[in-house]
Amino acid sequence: MSAKRASPALAVEKKHAHHLLREMIRIRRFEEKCAEMYTATKIRGFLHLYIGEEAVAVGVMQSLTAEDALLCTYREHGHALVRGVPARSIMAEMYGKLDGCSRGRGGSMHLFDVSRRFYGGNAIVGGALPIAGGLALADKMQGRDRVTAVFFGEGAVAEGEFHEAINLAALWNLPVLFCCENNQYAMGTALDRTESETDLCVKAASYKVPAWPVDGMDVLAVEEAARKAVLSVRAGGGPAFLEFKTYRFRAHSMFDPQLYRSKEEVEKMKTERDPIHLFTDRLQAEALIGPEEIAVMEKEIAAEIDDAVDFAEKSPWEPVEELGRFVTSEEAR
Amino acid sequence: MSGGSAPVKTNYRECVRAAIREALQNDERVFIMGEDIGRYGGTYAVTKGLLEEFGNDRVRDTPLSESAFVGAGIGAAMGGMRPIVEIMTVNFSLLALDQIVNNAATYLHMSGGQLNVPVVIRMATGAGRQLAAQHSHSLENWYAHIPGIRVLSPATLEDARGMLWPALEDPDPVIIFEHVGLYNVQGEIAEDAGPVDIRHAAVRRPGKDISLISFGGSLPKALEAARLLAGEGIDAEVVDLRVLRPLDTPTILASVRKTHRAIVVDEAWRTMSLAAEIMALIMENVFYDLDVPVARVCSREVPIPYPRHLEEAALPQIPQILEVARKMVSQGVNHG
Repeated sequence: MSAKRASPALAVEKKHAHHLLREMIRIRRFEEKCAEMYTATKIRGFLHLYIGEEAVAVGVMQSLTAEDALLCTYREHGHALVRGVPARSIMAEMYGKLDGCSRGRGGSMHLFDVSRRFYGGNAIVGGALPIAGGLALADKMQGRDRVTAVFFGEGAVAEGEFHEAINLAALWNLPVLFCCENNQYAMGTALDRTESETDLCVKAASYKVPAWPVDGMDVLAVEEAARKAVLSVRAGGGPAFLEFKTYRFRAHSMFDPQLYRSKEEVEKMKTERDPIHLFTDRLQAEALIGPEEIAVMEKEIAAEIDDAVDFAEKSPWEPVEELGRFVTSEEAR
Repeated sequence: MSGGSAPVKTNYRECVRAAIREALQNDERVFIMGEDIGRYGGTYAVTKGLLEEFGNDRVRDTPLSESAFVGAGIGAAMGGMRPIVEIMTVNFSLLALDQIVNNAATYLHMSGGQLNVPVVIRMATGAGRQLAAQHSHSLENWYAHIPGIRVLSPATLEDARGMLWPALEDPDPVIIFEHVGLYNVQGEIAEDAGPVDIRHAAVRRPGKDISLISFGGSLPKALEAARLLAGEGIDAEVVDLRVLRPLDTPTILASVRKTHRAIVVDEAWRTMSLAAEIMALIMENVFYDLDVPVARVCSREVPIPYPRHLEEAALPQIPQILEVARKMVSQGVNHG
């Protein structure tokens, strides 16, 4: 499998192309609104924005079915949105409100929607990787051909849990899709400042896991790579590892002054590598979309986000009396 | 609950094995995994023979990757299985703390009640086998500190045999501590012994003069101390905590209300221990029932050393319990 597309012509039909674009813009606009609401102190705590990395979640999700499981990091708003978690319940969660997808208890870093097999934002780097192996093991032992996709940053590759989990998945031939979102900085530390081997695919391959680097700014390249990897995983080929080379346009979190990278570097990436701009330009070049269609798309997305904010604003707070609920199932009854 | 069938001779290890075996037989969602549990037969030989009987799929040897296989147990539980994860010793469980504390214990609450984690994690704990400072510690209180998990400490053959099944039926994570000093304990148990209660403490010996509150590997010491005290005319009650989280506070308090004196015997270090918690509970709730201040007999605050004489000196021993008990009884007001 190659990360590069064989043909320069877009092998994508119009309706699907619009869907991909729409999903990326949904994430972008949703998160821009989150940043605004953070500044307005409606959202508190940590807020980690995915802006710049949208093509990864959108591209991978196209190959996952409703039966497949998904585990993410604390930078997971986009994944949740594309998975189908309603924008309303995500925004309410960010507000910490009762109608949030985790009753407001998790906030930005801990979106959960078990009905959609969305097993959370995990705020421990690498912490979701062993869990992914377990979900996949359960599927394998119960004879289901489901895939568990786990997203993590390149920082997680330095954690022991990455190595333990990928070894176990390979050893037991578990249906796990390892999606490494390499945005080049583990919080504020560049990969070459922390890793002796910066080629992450080499690490995965050393566990006999097929591994491919992918241009994470090209939604079609992501989609194609994920499609092939998921096919192999679902067919019983064992785990696969995809390294999506991407870039975070915003700070690590809202507290980050970004002293570790230059403004020029960020501007260059925004100008030259923005996944939404790149894809829009390609679609326009092939007359697959026009300005009016984009305007309609933007308008519909804006309406969805306004509705989400309105919903979050109106949602009640969980009564303090319920603080102790769900510590254990007994207390939940 | 155990029936009235004839008692059979057995030991603690065989009771644990019988419980695992029965769970594997009764529920196809159950499987067991851990280091050296299959081909080797288990470090403490608990799982001996299970691989041959149930096969590689349900008796899984794991790499030495505590975080990965404990996490896999959590994930498999989320995926509909009922995993039993064996960790070789509590000291090694520290390598899986992230999975237990950050994931297993938090998921239900953090997800707003959506996500149950019905995993059972068994591990050996405690000292007494000259295994030195990285295989001998008693860290039950670390886990008993964490909301969201149930912590069990089977100290009798019945509990070794009967706690696993209800633990597997619990929709939440359960940790079972098996004290290494108990594996060879022999005794008799009803042939059809089965599930036991995992909610309450148990009074193992009723008495009226003093309460010896203990659990796990310290329980036999407390019982022997009570037997010796009886020879001196001191009638000690022995409370086996059994469930370390959530604590069965009413049983503890009822005993102290009756005897007016209490010693907590806990193999952990005294500072920040379960003993400290139980003393605090007694002070908060039945202070005015006490004739003398609550006492505790715990381990010396040293990493557990290798040579037998030093190891023994580091651990709670029967003479210490006797000495403290005699002193407390001789000091106390007699309520009659």
